[in-house]
Amino acid sequence: MSTLKIGRLVQFTPLFLASLLFSLTSLTAPLAHADSTASTPSPMGKPLHSDSITRLAPNIYPNGQGLPDGMGLAKNGSVLYQAQCASCHGTKGEGATAQALIGGDGPLSAHDADKTILTYWPYATTLFDTIARSMPPAAPGHLSADALFSLCAYLLAENGLWARDQPMGPKELAAIVMPNRNGFVQRFP
Amino acid sequence: MSTFLDRRVFIEQGLRLSLATAAAGTLPWAQAQSEERSANKAGEMRSDVLASQHKAGQAFSNYGMPSVYEKRVIRLIGSNRMVSGNGVSWTPLESLEGMVTPTGLHFERHHNGVPDVDPARFELLMHGMVARPLRFDLAGLMRYPMQSRLLFIECGGNSNAGWHEEPMQKPVGSFHGLVSCSEWTGVPLKYLLDEAGIHSKATWAIAEGLDAAATEVSIPVSKLREGALLALYQNGERLRAENGYPLRLVLPGWEGVRQVKWLHRLEFTDQPVMSRNETGEYTQLLPSGKAEQFDFVMGPKSLITSPSHGQTLGFPGVFEVRGLAWSGHGSVAKVEVSADGGQSWSTAHIDGPVLPQCFARFRAAWKWDGKPAVLQSRVKDDHGNIQPTRARLIAQRGRNGYFHYNAIVSWAVDSDGTVRHVYA
Repeated sequence: MSTLKIGRLVQFTPLFLASLLFSLTSLTAPLAHADSTASTPSPMGKPLHSDSITRLAPNIYPNGQGLPDGMGLAKNGSVLYQAQCASCHGTKGEGATAQALIGGDGPLSAHDADKTILTYWPYATTLFDTIARSMPPAAPGHLSADALFSLCAYLLAENGLWARDQPMGPKELAAIVMPNRNGFVQRFP
Repeated sequence: MSTFLDRRVFIEQGLRLSLATAAAGTLPWAQAQSEERSANKAGEMRSDVLASQHKAGQAFSNYGMPSVYEKRVIRLIGSNRMVSGNGVSWTPLESLEGMVTPTGLHFERHHNGVPDVDPARFELLMHGMVARPLRFDLAGLMRYPMQSRLLFIECGGNSNAGWHEEPMQKPVGSFHGLVSCSEWTGVPLKYLLDEAGIHSKATWAIAEGLDAAATEVSIPVSKLREGALLALYQNGERLRAENGYPLRLVLPGWEGVRQVKWLHRLEFTDQPVMSRNETGEYTQLLPSGKAEQFDFVMGPKSLITSPSHGQTLGFPGVFEVRGLAWSGHGSVAKVEVSADGGQSWSTAHIDGPVLPQCFARFRAAWKWDGKPAVLQSRVKDDHGNIQPTRARLIAQRGRNGYFHYNAIVSWAVDSDGTVRHVYA
């Protein structure tokens, strides 16, 4: 009802339109002025404390930066693998509903070459990073550092890239030179 | 011989042709409806067409949905049997028109499902080689100046069936539909970079999502400064959960995997993290045995969405060939179409507006004479990049590249009007 009343009261006379135009101009003028002077937006970031950062899943870099302390053995990794990984990746890492993790035929110049950890992956740290953050898919992010080093030791040993009995920790993992380490051409930078 | 017509000719001649064939009783839709018509007197409209004028319609709705008659226009899903959240869903390009993809049909690629992110608890974190490690809640992000851009997003693995030995016989969306185009609105990331004070030696940022794969990729800081958006809105409304709610990194023209959904963290560093998604995956193996890495930009690509595989032309006559073109390098400069497998080309009409890193809808009038034809399109962008033939792409990149396939797509039209995928 009130809307209707207002509708009837408003008359679109030239005087009304002129006053409307004036009020719009006076409204927008301060904004335009503010735009020309405020070149940077108000900072809205709040400090992020370092103890928060340590709670994040670390990014694991090729030089080993981000790797936690810990030590693993291939034989422990084998047990973990069969329990947590084999149902998708195959009991021998040959691949099933998920990718093969062990083996792979080259050479990479062959048109049907396998792109596996053994034949293709340039860094062993990527293995730790991937398992740590995303595996197993039903409950990712829960494996301990020792469990992760054990799984890496197992998979790398099965691929012939690590001595089965040798304990693996952050220094050892970062020091592994993968077969295809120099196989990538970076388009950036 | 089948020919492409000038657009003006299409409108005039097409109309004449339609009238002529209608008079002769051979217009496809006339033929299709002849059975229904036979019940009526010739020339009379259907008696039930006015039924909706004689009863009250449906009430209002709080959120509109597609017509019940369009239920078959959906994203087809291809996912892992053991991990249902790992896979893709395809944009049904064959059923869509214009340059904007309906939000609910935007393609998906998830590595372990769609996370449930509570906006009240959400924070974007910036740390690493910065002067001031910072966190931003959504209310804070909303305060920054925003920008809206119409941009395509294409998965780096889109169209990878093109590398197969034999041409895959599936609708165009189930083959090339890991690409979509939306209006993305959000905060230019440069504002936040300035606020955190990025170290001059920090050339990379590691972006991480809140999904169950904690998907992380390395992104050059230079790209974050130029054009990167922290997207909060898609096609005018807040992001859909499957497109990164509440915050998605949008990097115009770059492969989809870099445009991290559910973005919650940027760590600034002087080196790439070399994650799985930039080493074992999303890299392109070349015939030499070397692989290309950090090839971010999606190349120039076009394809005909109509006619396309699975469609039937019906009777010879004039058709509008319709399709999409885009390039991650810039704007679409020219689209050409061929009906003889690339021996001769005609310039297609492009609907406006033509925008950088955005879909362009193209159209061309084609008079089909009923004989076998091979339809193709090719795009040239404003940086001089030209979509390659499949033969050229394979000569350069071999058969094991898997990612960034952008070759010319060929549809064979058989004399019976059926359309199938061929390599030509």
